[in-house]
Amino acid sequence: MAMGAPLIGTSVLRKEDYRFLTGAGQYTDDISLPGQTYAVFVRSPHAHANIKSIKKDQALKKPGVLAVFTGEDLAAAKVGGLPCGWLITDVNGQPMKEPPHPCLAQGKARYVGDQVAVVIAESLHAARDGADAVQVDYEPLPSVVDTASAGKKGAPQLHENAPDNTCYVWAIGDKAAVDKAFAGAAHVTRLDLVNNRLIPNAIEPRAATGAYSRAEEAYTLYVSNQNPHVERLLMTAFVLGLPEHKVRVVAPDVGGGFGSKIYLYPEDVVVTWAAKQINRPVKWTADRSESFVSDAHGRDHVTIAELAMDKDGKFLAMRVHTTANIGAYLSTFAAAVPTILYATLLAGQYTTPLIYCEVTAVFSNTAPVDAYRGAGRPEATYVVERLVETAAREMKLDPAEIRRRNFIRSFPYQTPVALMYDTGDYDATLDGALKLADVAGYGKRKEDSIKRGKLRGLGYAAYIEACGIAPSAVAGSLGARAGLFEAGEVRVHPTGSVTVFTGSHSHGQGHETTFAQVVADRLGMAIENVDIVHGDTSKVLFGMGTYGSRSLAVGGTAIVMALDKIIAKGKKIAAHLLEASESDIEYDRGVFKVAGTDKQKMFGEVAFAAYVPHNYPHDKLEPGLNENAFYDPSNFTFPAGTYVCEVEVDPDTGKVTVDRFTAVDDFGKIVNPMIVEGQVHGGLTQGIGQALIEGCVYDKDSGQLLTGSFMDYSIPRADDVPSYKVDTRETPCTHNPLGVKGCGEAGAIGAPAALMNAITDALGVKDLPMPATPQTVWKALRAKKAA
Amino acid sequence: MGVKVSMTVNGKQVSSEVEERTLLVTLIREQLRLTGTHVGCDTAQCGACTIAMNGKAVKSCSMLAMQAEGADIMTIEGVAKPDGTLHPMQAAFKENHGLQCGFCTPGMVMNAIDFAKRHPNASEQEVREALDGNLCRCTGYHNIVKSIMAGSKAMAAGK
Repeated sequence: MAMGAPLIGTSVLRKEDYRFLTGAGQYTDDISLPGQTYAVFVRSPHAHANIKSIKKDQALKKPGVLAVFTGEDLAAAKVGGLPCGWLITDVNGQPMKEPPHPCLAQGKARYVGDQVAVVIAESLHAARDGADAVQVDYEPLPSVVDTASAGKKGAPQLHENAPDNTCYVWAIGDKAAVDKAFAGAAHVTRLDLVNNRLIPNAIEPRAATGAYSRAEEAYTLYVSNQNPHVERLLMTAFVLGLPEHKVRVVAPDVGGGFGSKIYLYPEDVVVTWAAKQINRPVKWTADRSESFVSDAHGRDHVTIAELAMDKDGKFLAMRVHTTANIGAYLSTFAAAVPTILYATLLAGQYTTPLIYCEVTAVFSNTAPVDAYRGAGRPEATYVVERLVETAAREMKLDPAEIRRRNFIRSFPYQTPVALMYDTGDYDATLDGALKLADVAGYGKRKEDSIKRGKLRGLGYAAYIEACGIAPSAVAGSLGARAGLFEAGEVRVHPTGSVTVFTGSHSHGQGHETTFAQVVADRLGMAIENVDIVHGDTSKVLFGMGTYGSRSLAVGGTAIVMALDKIIAKGKKIAAHLLEASESDIEYDRGVFKVAGTDKQKMFGEVAFAAYVPHNYPHDKLEPGLNENAFYDPSNFTFPAGTYVCEVEVDPDTGKVTVDRFTAVDDFGKIVNPMIVEGQVHGGLTQGIGQALIEGCVYDKDSGQLLTGSFMDYSIPRADDVPSYKVDTRETPCTHNPLGVKGCGEAGAIGAPAALMNAITDALGVKDLPMPATPQTVWKALRAKKAA
Repeated sequence: MGVKVSMTVNGKQVSSEVEERTLLVTLIREQLRLTGTHVGCDTAQCGACTIAMNGKAVKSCSMLAMQAEGADIMTIEGVAKPDGTLHPMQAAFKENHGLQCGFCTPGMVMNAIDFAKRHPNASEQEVREALDGNLCRCTGYHNIVKSIMAGSKAMAAGK
């Protein structure tokens, strides 16, 4: 049956919703295996301490406790440390410092929450009782948590092989040329910026259940994770030394990731290894307090940023020095975030011809820091867009006008920081945002606020991001130790319905719907006849997973390539059945036709012929209709847009209300507008959270995490954020067949700068640290009054 | 060790042996295997564990199983009609894309149903305030608020 209207571009309701709405989702902790045991980790209460001894005997005496393992046990069993998936080479041509990252501490604990031992018991209660009874003799050491201090001479040292706690000093750009441009500039704008540390807080805590079968000599790991094949590869090849085919990793329904579930974590390794030791499944689910101390955190930069301009506000050069806190150990992609994913975005949407950026990555006695929604690009956008808005104010230019004077308008465009933008239309998104935000009516709204004794401010952010990572060869040349392609498989069943296997992983993004729309359109069949399978290494051929807004651009393209192979094979089969030449066969929405005739075969008939090949070109073609494809993109994709934020501030309390937030994004072609809008809403809210209320705080003296629960760390609630106005413009990506760019991170990338530009405008101050809590705002107003 | 607790869950009489310290959510998830009720925090902030007890939305992580002795409990698994048709509030979440990863969703729906019964004509601001005890990290709440307003209307109209 040929189908009518295309599904791409329409807001198809989600196929996955029914199970989530009825409690039928299967998250890792929902899966119970026969005979399962429970693991509880003993974590360091100290930020930095020598571990003098660990006594297990009292714990082992507790009822129900089956085993206690420590770092010594793992070392004896030759369990390796966790690898870092990205090698950064420093300014002197030396590789970054890679201190060992043991799965259970060996001799030293380096942050509050560092895993010291694991207790495995018959029940969760028994495991907790056992963990309480493990006696660890700590010798506390001085600690350092502060980003600006960690790399200073005399700071407490975390690792023997990393002097001054420095992992690397890395740079990009022509420093001499940049310095020269600054020397001749008409105006220089400088900002000292802090990009606050965030704790991702997916609402489903991390969880991992390991199982081992003696009969098959094989392991299964159920884990709340964004990229099960990568998890398996890292764990088997680098940590446990197991053959990959003997390990199955399943990432079932996953309750949000935001980057924090990309990584191979110590707990994942320990439950997998321990399952064999005790010959029973071992289940671990983090409680929220554990998530706060042990999930990889995000951001945490201290930056000096400068922008040089001519007298007309044309950007001449940018100079950026950043110190990035990477925590106690290198997490899986930690090294790439403040370098490759950050400094390469400093051109923003502008023609700034010269850019120099130097990044010092420092270890500290804090949880590891890695990619969190946006990963480097929010930090870059914050630098660029705070500088640009501040420059406009200093030069008395309209903030939209200064942007227009510097927009890139000719594509492809080679930036001075390595990236080649393929396409974009920054005027379109800026103009669209100004209109949708009713900036023309802002003056009247401001007057109204003033009448009510309130302050009002307006702020913009015109962001760009590099998504759809990546060309593997480029990533490899920049230090990636993995490829960054994606894989897909299309399995056509004998009766013509289709199961598609993708290496992308959905943890809220709605791939089961979006990808099915793509498949149904390409093959011209009803969406009900298409199922998308993901998240299981035993089902999916391979996958690099979901992060960096890459799923549709990379994973979707792999599926399209496999679909095209299906159609190509289908044409050969149809040609045989119709006794026509293959070159005369056309495929149109579910029908193979002989061009210019009424001779045709339906897709289902061709599929049937492939599996019941009685009348079949056996001499030329294998039976069956099943194709796979691997897609390695030729470039990144470059979503971009303009955000406009309007805030009202109560000068008596310092409370900031986000009155209006407008987002106009260019994500290229859009498959499902409803899902895209949802992604933008979520990203914006995380960005507003960063700017307004979220901030991870470690005590400077003790190294204790002071924001270790939802009562101390504020993630946005429904009444912290407004209803959003969102819209899109479209310049299709030039190098993938769907023309798509990715939309998952944009909101979190652009929102903080827009919000802080609005707040500083309202307050009439040059800068304000994030989060702009009532106390911070009130203090700033008071200081301004005093001055 | 161990006490017997009995209650009605989704219309069925159940009884179970639990440790005194067992939380109601643990009984629901581990003993009764109703895993639609989730645990997202340990400080009664996130609301993923919200159920209906005697018709009122409560956080099942914040009470002991023993405290529910004799109670009438409804979990997310009991909300749709026996034939599988979604409750109007569930349908509104689907139609308005009020969920992404789905983890907070059962708690959101349970709270929303209770709220809509008590406030059939709530304003957007009232809905936002009513969600103070339910955290979502995916949706930014925009579509959850839309869903609850639409679901409330549908419930009031007796759909």
